[in-house]
Amino acid sequence: MVSALGRKLGRDLWRLRAQVLTIALVVACGVASLFSMRSAYDSVRGERDRWYGSARFPEVFASVRRAPRSLASRIASLPGVSLAEARIVEEVTLDMPGMAEPVGAHAVSLPPGRRALLGEVFLREGRLPASGRSDEVLVHEAFARAWALRPGDALVAVLHGRRQRFRVSGVALAPEFVSVMQPGALVPDDRRYGVLWVPEDALAAAFQMEGAFNDVGVRLDRGAREAAVIAALDALLAPYGTTGAYGRSRHPSARMVDQKLTQLRGQATVTPMMFLGVAALLVNMVLARLLGLEREQIATLKALGYGDGAILRHYLAHALLTAVLGAALGVALGTVAGRGLVALYKDYFRFPALTFRPSAETLAYGVLASVGAAVAGAFGAVRAAVRVPPAEAMRPEPPPRFRPSWLERMGVHRMLPTVARMVLRELERRPGRAALSALGIAFAAAIIVAGRSSLDSLDVVLAVQFGRAQSDDVTVSFARPVAQRARFDVARLPGVLFAEPQRMAGVRLRHGVRVRDAAILGVPAGAVLRAVVDARSVRWEPPAEGLLLGRALGDRLGVRPGDTVTVEDVEGATAPREVAVAGLVDDLLGLNAYMRLDALDRLRGDGGRVTAVAVRLDPALAERFLARVKRLPGVASTSRRMAVIDFFRHETSRMSATLTLVLAAFAGIIAVGVVYNNARIALAVRSRELATLRVLGFTEAEVATVLFGEQAVVLALAIPVGLALGKGLAWMVFQGVDAELYRLPVVVSTATYGLAAGTVLAASVASAWVVRRRIGALDMVAVLKARD
Amino acid sequence: MSDAGVIAKVPVLDVRGLTRRYLLGDVAIDALRGVDLALAEGEFVVLLGPSGSGKSTLLNIVGGLDAPDGGEVRYRGAPLDFDDARALTAYRRDHVGFVFQFYNLMPSLTARENVALVTDIAEDPMEPEEALALVGLGARLDHFPSQLSGGEQQRVAIARAVARRPDVLLCDEPTGALDCATGRVVLDVLARVNRELGSTTAVITHNAVIAGMADRVIRFVDGRVVGDARNEVPVPVSELRW
Ligand SMILES: Nc1ncnc2c1ncn2[C@@H]1O[C@H](COP(=O)(O)OP(=O)(O)OP(=O)(O)O)[C@@H](O)[C@H]1O
Ligand SMILES: [Mg+2]
Repeated sequence: MVSALGRKLGRDLWRLRAQVLTIALVVACGVASLFSMRSAYDSVRGERDRWYGSARFPEVFASVRRAPRSLASRIASLPGVSLAEARIVEEVTLDMPGMAEPVGAHAVSLPPGRRALLGEVFLREGRLPASGRSDEVLVHEAFARAWALRPGDALVAVLHGRRQRFRVSGVALAPEFVSVMQPGALVPDDRRYGVLWVPEDALAAAFQMEGAFNDVGVRLDRGAREAAVIAALDALLAPYGTTGAYGRSRHPSARMVDQKLTQLRGQATVTPMMFLGVAALLVNMVLARLLGLEREQIATLKALGYGDGAILRHYLAHALLTAVLGAALGVALGTVAGRGLVALYKDYFRFPALTFRPSAETLAYGVLASVGAAVAGAFGAVRAAVRVPPAEAMRPEPPPRFRPSWLERMGVHRMLPTVARMVLRELERRPGRAALSALGIAFAAAIIVAGRSSLDSLDVVLAVQFGRAQSDDVTVSFARPVAQRARFDVARLPGVLFAEPQRMAGVRLRHGVRVRDAAILGVPAGAVLRAVVDARSVRWEPPAEGLLLGRALGDRLGVRPGDTVTVEDVEGATAPREVAVAGLVDDLLGLNAYMRLDALDRLRGDGGRVTAVAVRLDPALAERFLARVKRLPGVASTSRRMAVIDFFRHETSRMSATLTLVLAAFAGIIAVGVVYNNARIALAVRSRELATLRVLGFTEAEVATVLFGEQAVVLALAIPVGLALGKGLAWMVFQGVDAELYRLPVVVSTATYGLAAGTVLAASVASAWVVRRRIGALDMVAVLKARD
Repeated sequence: MSDAGVIAKVPVLDVRGLTRRYLLGDVAIDALRGVDLALAEGEFVVLLGPSGSGKSTLLNIVGGLDAPDGGEVRYRGAPLDFDDARALTAYRRDHVGFVFQFYNLMPSLTARENVALVTDIAEDPMEPEEALALVGLGARLDHFPSQLSGGEQQRVAIARAVARRPDVLLCDEPTGALDCATGRVVLDVLARVNRELGSTTAVITHNAVIAGMADRVIRFVDGRVVGDARNEVPVPVSELRW
């Protein structure tokens, strides 16, 4: 048996269905974003923790130039170390069919005849290389997918200048390669960079590393201090040219995963809060309106003996049912969105079994958050209405009191037509509501701006890094520093119009007690193909002596121009030197320092080495050039600037379309929710005024001006605020980005601003248009019959 | 008030065979059952009749707020097209002034602005101040409706209705919500407006005493005109007693 109040509730909701639905949709967006992002966060995090544990992913890592195998057992017996795995890791190139340039690959040794102690690979397909077969390799799943490689396929690799044929025995994953990115790349390009596991003897033979290792991973005892182990490891490895041990927080792949998780957690908090905040506002507005209409009914109910509690529950139930409807929609939508999100992450993060696994806890959290928002929105309005004594409630609400607005008191009113004054005074009578509505609409615009600004920023990074800093056609990088002669070897290849050497040196910089590992890029004076350029595309010329530091690096070292830093060779080949800092450059990627090539050579004191050669090519001969580079010894990678740009554009445009659609839908739903409900309420509250205007001979369009004037003003205020708010949000989001990886300049393109303003405007105009049609139906006769 | 001679000219409003039926579910209510009526230039007419006899229905149709089911309304010889909402809006805007029982003022506008609302969109209107002076409210220009008494609000409504110098002034129980003394003031204003602007004025009332001030008294019963009498000597408002 449904109670009388229950039936009233049902009818109210049905009558207000359009408003209930628009609010439920806002709630749904909040719950969907919360549910999908939190679930995706939990899924990635859970899978990460599970796999890091089960595959025994090391906790501390170190590289050396070359250390004897015997050292491995000494590492394992260091205090705090439970297990250590020593390996050989080399950069090699692959000669892939149909690809002109050599493809870079990271080759990791597989221990002979046993499973790896640490960071064990997960076989997706095939098997490990058979023992005794030094020509079998495993390839990483990302690379295998990109090239459609299957067990049994052949693969030609160039190891230390020697071409070797291998056979793929299996496709694998490893916890250290969840994210596979070439150092310096903006986005992973699985066709141009991959991971390969090669039997240890084959790799050792190719690189003359028999009985030696150059990479070690360490797993800690329970309760051991990471910093202590790092220090001990550094001391032990110092004689072997270590670049310094580091924990997972600096491991390239682990760091990318953690970075994404941090970002996701931030978004999973901020986005739902915006939606649910707007939902609370809408619930409050609509309920306050309903309660205003039902003043006398409430008084009657009280007179009939219903208690305050029963009435309170009746109206709270309106809000709750709206919230529950929204939450149900949201969970359904969130499940779809969450699956999509996880599917998207699967392209960037390679886990054995990453699946969308929403927890009951997240579900409960989403439902609770939506109910909380609804109750927060409803409670104030309902309590105030229920508290009015019945005798007072029986009388109609006192007429609103108006005053000349403060704008008018300043004398503005003389310039305003009468209708504009009505609009202004309505606004000023409820400035709080107008401000909250504006904030709601501002959120809608902000969501688009903040959401798309990351793409805009990446565009700027791309333009600066690959448009201004670099103007080469191809850069050939060597696996290790090579004699300057290499520059001429490259320059002599067919098609080379101009070749320019570069040198990248791994260093440890000290300033007082602060230490940072960084890379110094050395470029020739007046370099053409690789310049030092800051975020504003301003070119910096490294001084004849001394260093330019990237500002991120300089800040971390507490260095200012004119200070001196101590430069240590991480490989320990040369003694530490004091070098003056000539300036700080706002560069965008990594922790870098810049020097003139000759100054860097002098610093190193090795008579000059190069690590890369940038070339400008005759386009007609590019293919021949690349074919020859494939056979050049010591080449680690070859990057074609245009290919990088094209690939980046391709990747981001794919993402950008989906993202833009989702953001526009989000913004549209908020804008519709706010504008539609405001307009419906205004129409209901002011129907008498509006009908009277019609009686007085105002056209429908003129009445629409009165009705929507307020919304137009709110919108006009909200859009610029929203655009600014969006930029602020983007700034906040970027604060969460690991600044040592990259520093995204907070940029918002005109297109993004236009999209944000346009979407909000379109959604608002559409909502207004739907309500506008009701003006024609205003009953002029009825409105004259009765008092308010 | 007006000369009897002008009646021979084309009437300002000419109503022929007007019918209006309301359907409430299965029940049909005939609010107007064939009304014929002509209002001459400058006439002051009072409409009397029991509740539900169709007075308001007639006034609303004549003012272009509602459409009849049959018959026609001619304004200065031209029939009103009730299917053309724009034309009706223009008719109300340019020729008709309304005064209602419940004033229907804009609460957010002052007295002056409530009048300006209409003068803003009218051709050759009075100044709002002039219209308010005409109804004796020259001193309350900047008061909001909530700061005025009922009678004062009604006078603002009259000022709003007359400020555009309407050809036709339609008043539905303008004194219905007012006490006797205040009602007298309002009626006096209507009479003055009729005299000074020459607007053809129709006033609905339940108060038969008021009929004494009219040029002509039309009686309604059950959707029909049952009486149409001319007052040869209208009584000045100040002498009306009720
Ligand atoms: N919107 C409506 N729906 C149904 N019936 C209506 C409607 N408006 C008026 N009526 C009916 O039409 C008839 C005439 O109504 P009208 O308002 O014209 O009377 P009236 O003479 O103005 O009465 P009163 O003096 O009480 O104002 C009445 O029977 C009334 O019930
Ligand atoms: Mg009536």
